[in-house]
Amino acid sequence: MAEVGSGLRRNVSMVVSVVLVTFISLTFVGTAILLQMQINQMKGYWYDRAQVAVYLCTDTDTTGNCTGAKATEDQREQVQEQLTSSTLKPYIEKTYYEDQGQAYDRFKQQFKDSPATEFVKPEYLNETFWVNLKNPSQADVLVESLSKVAGVQSVVDQRGYLQPIFNLLNASSYTAIGIASLMLVAAVLLIATTIRLSAFSRRRELGIMRLVGASNRFIQTPFVLEGVIAAAIGAVLAGGAIVAVVWFFVRNYLAQRFSGTAFIGMGDAAVVVPAVIVIGVLLAGLSAFIAIRRYLRV
Amino acid sequence: MIKFDQVTKVYSGNPSPALDDLSLEILKGEFVFLVGASGSGKSSFLRLVLKEEKPSRGQIHVLGQRLGALSSRKVPYFRRNLGVVFQDFRLLPNKNVFDNVAFSLQVIGKSKGFISEAVTDVLKLVGLAGKATRMPHELSGGEQQRVAIARAVVNKPAILLADEPTGNLDPTTSAGIMALLERINQGGTTVLMATHDASIVNQMQRRVIELSNGAVLRDEQSAGYQTQALPIQHSTGVSNTTGIQTIPGLIR
Repeated sequence: MAEVGSGLRRNVSMVVSVVLVTFISLTFVGTAILLQMQINQMKGYWYDRAQVAVYLCTDTDTTGNCTGAKATEDQREQVQEQLTSSTLKPYIEKTYYEDQGQAYDRFKQQFKDSPATEFVKPEYLNETFWVNLKNPSQADVLVESLSKVAGVQSVVDQRGYLQPIFNLLNASSYTAIGIASLMLVAAVLLIATTIRLSAFSRRRELGIMRLVGASNRFIQTPFVLEGVIAAAIGAVLAGGAIVAVVWFFVRNYLAQRFSGTAFIGMGDAAVVVPAVIVIGVLLAGLSAFIAIRRYLRV
Repeated sequence: MIKFDQVTKVYSGNPSPALDDLSLEILKGEFVFLVGASGSGKSSFLRLVLKEEKPSRGQIHVLGQRLGALSSRKVPYFRRNLGVVFQDFRLLPNKNVFDNVAFSLQVIGKSKGFISEAVTDVLKLVGLAGKATRMPHELSGGEQQRVAIARAVVNKPAILLADEPTGNLDPTTSAGIMALLERINQGGTTVLMATHDASIVNQMQRRVIELSNGAVLRDEQSAGYQTQALPIQHSTGVSNTTGIQTIPGLIR
């Protein structure tokens, strides 16, 4: 143990750089993991709320199956029948119908500060069946079977609106992972170099140890510990940074600003921090172990 | 104790072998000088005994173990039975005499109590009992070599290998070192010493193995540095002549 301490003291600057590089790289790793968690959470949150809208024709529609005439009572009932038929029923959790009056009320509420409300009349708005699916990813079934039905203007899966956001978040999390892995490679190489340097400065002792028959484990343990301790310090700092990001940025800023959205919490950080520390310690131990093997060859 | 059976050692990049089909045997309790010109294979021989190198061909047995069959994980445990002394002492400059000797016991995991007892004893044996707390740079060359010998024998090895232990020392100091090696040999340790020092070999009159180009040129009991007999003469009796004892062991 005393040897580990003296080894760490002997090349302070190298150890500091190991600490910093593992700190930064593991912070990136942790952030990438948290971002993925956030994406999953948002997906769960939004997909649960995302519905499939079956818009019926209005007097002014000429798109889809519409001919500029409002969907008839019969047509509306036909759609209703389809939704409750045995083919579609198993996919559907619940359905509700919104007539033009209700659509107008909702529109007025959503755009109450916009001048658009003055021009829009209830007749312009579609009657709509809002459908919640049991599994949101099966919207295609609904789109396929309903979009050809007479009186239906279009069938829209709202998930489509969310996809670009998730793509963006995904891209940034992959970028973070890419940077993290580059930094981790740098950290591993730096640890290996530090350990070799440390072993080189102690080569007299190592030579004598080998000569008098010190076991390989006895010789390599201090070096491996040296690498592991340096990396562990970096990993703990990274863990602290991750907790700080979650606490100050996500919980106390984002979550307060966007109270309608689900954000990751300290529970997620509590999963990521130990993972990051384990990754750091394992990588450091492995790279130190490989680096020191050269000095053990007999 | 040590047995070489048709051992050849070729280093890569050098076509002529360092050891060429060498066969010889060293028995328990013997004191053997290994002589020969530089490059004759003395150091290769010692390195092979230590299993620092592998032979290119042939078998080496040391202490009843076939070295070729020894896994590298077991080499450290094998080496605990060997003591080694070098021309350049190889002490740790930042440790005092006691700690230098104790180091070799610490790294093989001996207890504190055992270490302090064994080190005190061995320092007495080599005549450095009063200098346990000195640092290596405060000692003369002869004293440093005594520390190195103490370190080599503190674990009571069966074999002591010495690679020109007197190479850096003046004749009087050398004589003191030889007296010490003699005493260690009398304690039952087999001593194998590579040397260029003709006067020591002549004085001691012990078994002499002379190597030349990796082969045994002569192997004589009770011989001198230069041959006085026909090459490769095998006599059976081990000499008890210990001429060195007439020289007082100088301890400064």
